Amino acid sequence: MEARFLLGFLLLLSLSSFAFAIYEDQVGLADWHKRYIGKVKHAVFHTQKTGRRRVVVSTEENAIASLDLRTGDILWRHVLGKNDAVDQIGLSLGKYVLTLSSQGSVLRAWNLPDGQMVWETDLQISNPSNSFLHVLGNVKSGRDSLSLVCNGGSIRAVSSIDGLVVWKKDLSIDGLKLKHVFQPPESDTIYAIGFIDSSLIALYHINAKTGELLKHATQASSVDLSSEISAISSDSLVALDTSRSNLLLIKFMAGTITNHKLPLSDIVQDFSGLAELIPTKSNDIFVVKTPSNVAFIKVKGDNEIELIGKADEAGIVSDSLTLSEEEQAFAVVHHSNNAISFQVRINGREALTEGIKIEDHRGHVKRVFLNNYVRTDKSHGFRALIVMEDESLLLMQQGEVVWSREDGLASISDAVVAELPVEKEGGVSVVEVEHTLLEWLKGHMLKLKGTLMLSTPDDMAAIQAMHLKSTERNKMTRDHNGFRKLIIVLTRSGKVYALHTGDGRIVWAHLLTPLLQSESCPSPSVLTLRNWRVPHRKALQENPSILLVGRCGAGPESHGFLFIVDSYSGKVLETQILDHSIAEVVPLPLADSSEQKLHLVIDHKLNAHLYPRGSDALEVFVREMANMYYYKVENAKEDIKGYAFKKGCSTGSSAYCFGTRELWSVVFPSDSERIVATARRKINEVVHTQAKIMTNQDVMYKYISKKILFVATVSPKAAGGIGSAAPDDAWLVAYLIDTVTGRILHRVTHQEAQGPVHAVVSENWVVYHYFNLRAHRYEMTVIEIYDQSRADNKDVMKLVLGKHNLTAPITSYSRPEIATKSQSYFFTHSVKAIAVTTTARGITSKQILIGTIGDQVLALDKRYLDPRRTANPSQEEKEEGIIPLTDTLPIIPQSYVTHTRQVGDLRGIMSFPANLESTTHVFSYGIDLFYTRIAPSRTYDSLTDEFSYVLLLITVVVLIVAILVTWAMSQKKDLQEKWR
Amino acid sequence: MEKGKAMARRWAVDFSDSSSSSHPTVADPPGFTRSAPDLDETSGSRQKKDAEAAWKAQKAWEVAQAPFKNLLMMGFMMWMAGNTVHLFSMGITFSALWQPISALRSVGKVFEPYKDPKVDLNAPRLLFIALNLGGLLLGMWKLNTLGLLPTHASDWVFSLPPAKEVEFAGGGSPFY
Repeated sequence: MEARFLLGFLLLLSLSSFAFAIYEDQVGLADWHKRYIGKVKHAVFHTQKTGRRRVVVSTEENAIASLDLRTGDILWRHVLGKNDAVDQIGLSLGKYVLTLSSQGSVLRAWNLPDGQMVWETDLQISNPSNSFLHVLGNVKSGRDSLSLVCNGGSIRAVSSIDGLVVWKKDLSIDGLKLKHVFQPPESDTIYAIGFIDSSLIALYHINAKTGELLKHATQASSVDLSSEISAISSDSLVALDTSRSNLLLIKFMAGTITNHKLPLSDIVQDFSGLAELIPTKSNDIFVVKTPSNVAFIKVKGDNEIELIGKADEAGIVSDSLTLSEEEQAFAVVHHSNNAISFQVRINGREALTEGIKIEDHRGHVKRVFLNNYVRTDKSHGFRALIVMEDESLLLMQQGEVVWSREDGLASISDAVVAELPVEKEGGVSVVEVEHTLLEWLKGHMLKLKGTLMLSTPDDMAAIQAMHLKSTERNKMTRDHNGFRKLIIVLTRSGKVYALHTGDGRIVWAHLLTPLLQSESCPSPSVLTLRNWRVPHRKALQENPSILLVGRCGAGPESHGFLFIVDSYSGKVLETQILDHSIAEVVPLPLADSSEQKLHLVIDHKLNAHLYPRGSDALEVFVREMANMYYYKVENAKEDIKGYAFKKGCSTGSSAYCFGTRELWSVVFPSDSERIVATARRKINEVVHTQAKIMTNQDVMYKYISKKILFVATVSPKAAGGIGSAAPDDAWLVAYLIDTVTGRILHRVTHQEAQGPVHAVVSENWVVYHYFNLRAHRYEMTVIEIYDQSRADNKDVMKLVLGKHNLTAPITSYSRPEIATKSQSYFFTHSVKAIAVTTTARGITSKQILIGTIGDQVLALDKRYLDPRRTANPSQEEKEEGIIPLTDTLPIIPQSYVTHTRQVGDLRGIMSFPANLESTTHVFSYGIDLFYTRIAPSRTYDSLTDEFSYVLLLITVVVLIVAILVTWAMSQKKDLQEKWR
Repeated sequence: MEKGKAMARRWAVDFSDSSSSSHPTVADPPGFTRSAPDLDETSGSRQKKDAEAAWKAQKAWEVAQAPFKNLLMMGFMMWMAGNTVHLFSMGITFSALWQPISALRSVGKVFEPYKDPKVDLNAPRLLFIALNLGGLLLGMWKLNTLGLLPTHASDWVFSLPPAKEVEFAGGGSPFY
């Protein structure tokens, strides 16, 4: 009875949520969106005489952005594709930003004030390599100016107005790499200097207007040339040789080349090690960075050079900044403890030194970009953009940090969720209560006005503001509904941030790798993070904590390390450098007596190390060891192997080290299959029931197993991008593999299909997305898995009396009988990421969260991916909510979770449950972050924020008054009746 | 009852007028019979009681059969309500269930007025109970057709949690 009730109820709810969307004024109530740009690699300052001061930057995340220099806000931003890395940016005509990307093959111009793309030119470069862009200052045909793109041995001149290639010159000499282009003032000739096979220096004179080769000369170099050069004047440059200890001064005057070798040890005393040329473009000064210091060297006359300045500590040097004809400024930044010293050197001499305190969670300085401004007294002031180790960006001016941007958050690699502290019991003052009561009443009066449509625009704004600043959602304590949580994220730089789900603010942030840096751990990098302790029953007084796992070097053999971090404060509780490597971290479904989760760290020799180290942890694990298995997917070798654990390991005799024994392997034939995707269920997903009830009251039992691994393979020919294989050469095979026994539970081949494959596994189903070459469309397939061995549990009497095997534990070693149901649909978008909603108890219907190519998150009801859909469902099936079958999955604009926002370069979607069964948190990340809460079946278990309590109160009061009045009236009437 | 008494009185008036006048000279005022009570002691009162008993029995049977009409009406209503779960069909079904139950609970009271040593109320009572049970069954049947009775396997397993798994396997692609 209850079943039907519940079903009917849910059905009603799900029907009502058919077109789930929010109203415009609800935007920002539960969601937040943060925009970042990533680690800055180039910066071009643009200081207009009027208007806003801005800086144009390009980043490692392939974003180009214009930032407001006063606040650090993004004025505009564009994210180029994943394979479209920006090589260089420049300004042209004072109003365009030119970007050279994709290894010099694409040149784009963006309008500086608003970031609109003006033109784009594909330079059709046959062998993309290191290219550079040179914007010519004074070749003007009309009002146009030319930009030169040099790539290997070819030069292209592109008009800045419309992006047309004005001329193209292929010098067609093997091994020629152009290094530098310059144009003397008031001249129509361009000089291009290049190296041929690191032994010849070549000089070309080219007509700037036509590209005609006027003259060329080559000369053998006295040393082997490396690729590092520094142009020091209009007729000379400095190069470094391949041994990195000699300089070569090259002069080219009047069509002849002279070169002169200068050993570095002659110039810089106590020189040792490898030198580095800082690329500069300045008058006669160049900068050499050696392991122990930074040398500023001036070229004087013929082949004579002089050391004019030295910064003793090895610091970070900016590009040169031309102040005037004679004056060149450099910024040198040193880092010590939690302060940096910022030094500006003009012509090598110290002009300004400032010390600035910096939070120690930012690490070391990585890059500096110097800019100057003219003060009112006509002197030069300096400001600098500083990129820190955690990829944050700071603007420094007059000895202080003007603004900082946490751009490390643009490169999140992993995320987990942690609880907030429990609210402390404590007295609340009466004044506070009265105040909040008054506020509360005021707020509800406003809301009431809103509902009765009496509110003025001012009131509307007040309501909106109230929604947004609602303190309730930003508290630092746990709430009853589980809406407030901490999202702990790990970024590429190894920094860990805790974000509050209320407004996305950073609660704490730590860069932990510098703490570890030592001889035993030369270059620590964090690989992943996991929940270490999630207290719920036994250890409530303990704070929850997070485990960070990393390794000390680059190779798979390098030693690992562990950090245990308190998730409330970010305090490091434990640091451990391990005596073994890290190939994989396996969280086990076990915990020790203090609720620390057991983790197995597998090293590259396939030994398993148990953490935490403790006798009770060991006891718990050893008791369960016979039922624990490990599997390894080797993408390179195209195989999957399964292992069991055994006591005693191959390296050492620690009690916490266990050996492994290979049990099974699935080897895919390498000539016909290649692994492209694997997916498995979330380890902490909760499933409410194992029964699936059909329309005719029939029961099917779901095959629910956390051990299922979905593997998709494609034919080797189709392993490339779409279009790389003919339909006949492409196929995609989907496997469901039991990871305990290695048994292939199900296998299906899709002919004429290829990757990229994105898959998600939940409950008893798999949904995966791929490309159909024959239909030229993307497809999504759903496979639902049912357990046939339990299918005959249909006798009501037996079920009533409990005589069934449905709750008996399942083992993979009893042969599973599996039935699958499957269906495929077309899907319009290509997909960047795919996930599924998870709720606290798994009752609420599921939605599949799809990261679309437009960087949005689409919530697609699982009911659209139901293998029982038919073209003409019966009346009963319709009542149950089965949607008539269509060949394409519908994309309902209202079901975009991200509404109008975009999550630039979307990489991951994460869904985690709130305490309310109806609601789930959705956190998606790329360059941007977007968080919201969604209710896949509407919020059936709570009143929404919009619910007007005042209206309810008024209704109740009115009803009571009405009852009293009618009661009095009827009394009176009765009395009159009786008198009659 | 009221009606029965009135009938008895009318009969009494008729008989006394024709057969029992003690004084031939002075006619008794119409409606007056001096010896009537005495006479009725024997034959009139028995007759009256018999009639009353018969009447009571008849009435009891009528009351016992009353749920039948109800049953028909309920059946019609149920047919009208259809087989989908909504407010109307639920209301009908629950009233169809409630009516027989409340009737069965008050089965003693219903037959109270017809209690008579001469009347055997067991048969009507049984009929009444049987018909009400019929009504109850009809209601149950309706409940079942609406799918609100746990008569299917699905009703017993719909919230059965998934079985525990003995083994655990973890892993994936190693870090590179």
